[in-house]
Amino acid sequence: MNELFKGKKALIVGGGIAGLEVANQLAETGVTVHLIEKTNVIGGHVSQWYQVFPDRDLADNIVNNLKNKTKSKVNFHFSTFITKSEKNKNDYIVELSDGESIVADTIILATGFDVFNAAIKEEYGYSIYHNVITSVELEKKLKNKSKILTTTSKEPENIAFIHCVGSRDEKVNHRYCSKVCCATAVKQAIELSEIFPNAQIFCFYMDLRMFDRYFEELYYEAQIKHKIKFIRGRLSEVAENQDETLVLKTEDTLSGKPLKLTIDMLVLMVGMEAPRDNEHIIKTLNLEKSTDSFLRNKDEHLNKNISNQEGIFLAGTCTGPKTISETIADARSAATEVMKYLNKQ
Amino acid sequence: MKNWGFTIPKANQINFNNNSLELYNKVIEREPSLLGCIFCGSCTATCSTGSFTYFSLRNINISLQRGETNHLKEIISKCMLCGKCQLVCPRNVNTRNVLLSLMDILNNN
Repeated sequence: MNELFKGKKALIVGGGIAGLEVANQLAETGVTVHLIEKTNVIGGHVSQWYQVFPDRDLADNIVNNLKNKTKSKVNFHFSTFITKSEKNKNDYIVELSDGESIVADTIILATGFDVFNAAIKEEYGYSIYHNVITSVELEKKLKNKSKILTTTSKEPENIAFIHCVGSRDEKVNHRYCSKVCCATAVKQAIELSEIFPNAQIFCFYMDLRMFDRYFEELYYEAQIKHKIKFIRGRLSEVAENQDETLVLKTEDTLSGKPLKLTIDMLVLMVGMEAPRDNEHIIKTLNLEKSTDSFLRNKDEHLNKNISNQEGIFLAGTCTGPKTISETIADARSAATEVMKYLNKQ
Repeated sequence: MKNWGFTIPKANQINFNNNSLELYNKVIEREPSLLGCIFCGSCTATCSTGSFTYFSLRNINISLQRGETNHLKEIISKCMLCGKCQLVCPRNVNTRNVLLSLMDILNNN
């Protein structure tokens, strides 16, 4: 192993893919890495996903790869959070909830995101009507290979995906786009079309943001091969029939007419939001939030991973929504910033 | 019964549950490239007929997909089959064959 930074110590907060990748990169250069994770599992949200867009690789492959790279090189602290932090010259003296105290040269935050609580958009009927589920719940069903049935135990014949639930919506204080939901919806629509080849599947979108490499191909495959119907219009409200089917009301904005559609199952594409427990860490480490409630970085171009505190760096979705490949790239860029900083110490 | 002059107007709403997609399905069977349409409107923007009438291939495809097809036979007769729409389509839809197929199905049914 490289011993360039032997004797240097880094504390990483968050054991999702961003935290693991930073840990992996730093440990490679001889830094002693401590990683604290608030839950008792590693891999964060990605460990709950089934296949990832655009290539439909298994999410488990990504997590296991990072797990194997880090397991013998990183000191993991599970079910742990920071209780206190003090700066002494260039050192951070951090107390952890497990009683341990760590003196670190640098702290890297990889605290990730929370999934938007769909029940807040009451008009979509989540937790009120039967047969309204979130994209996260569907992903878990796909991962567990559990049978997907309506609450009346029927195979769904008409399924609708609603994009932008909790994103691009001032009413829930989230003006930003969550970036990953469009591609996830198209991916999940394809997966459901493979399970139910005779089902009619609809995607209701405001804009389809297929921005990254191979995303457009995924969209094209959904149209041509799976005959997924894309309707431009934001769902305004849902009502439930006696038989537990759902009636959607939207505007078909391309024909300029209101549209009514009865379906068996509704999937809400929930977006990302800043984690609620970030408040605690923001206070403890004197960090700043941006207008979208995610952590503030110095700028969006050349200093994406630099926080307002010297020696504290930011990696992954703690600075806003990112895809998995963007998160990994961001984690590597954070690790580079950390190495530059450690080199100067 | 006395006619009081009141009527219930037809709702200006697409009722997807009652509309039939039979015509649309026939067209995409003959020309599957239509499935790739992203409703960008390039075809309509370049259309010579569209400059003088309300002919719009994008609108025709939307109507087909929603099963709102009563007006199609009349409107489609305006197309001059010049094929400019096919030149500009970013998804390479064979628009000419879409239109020819649609004319054929509508005129022979």
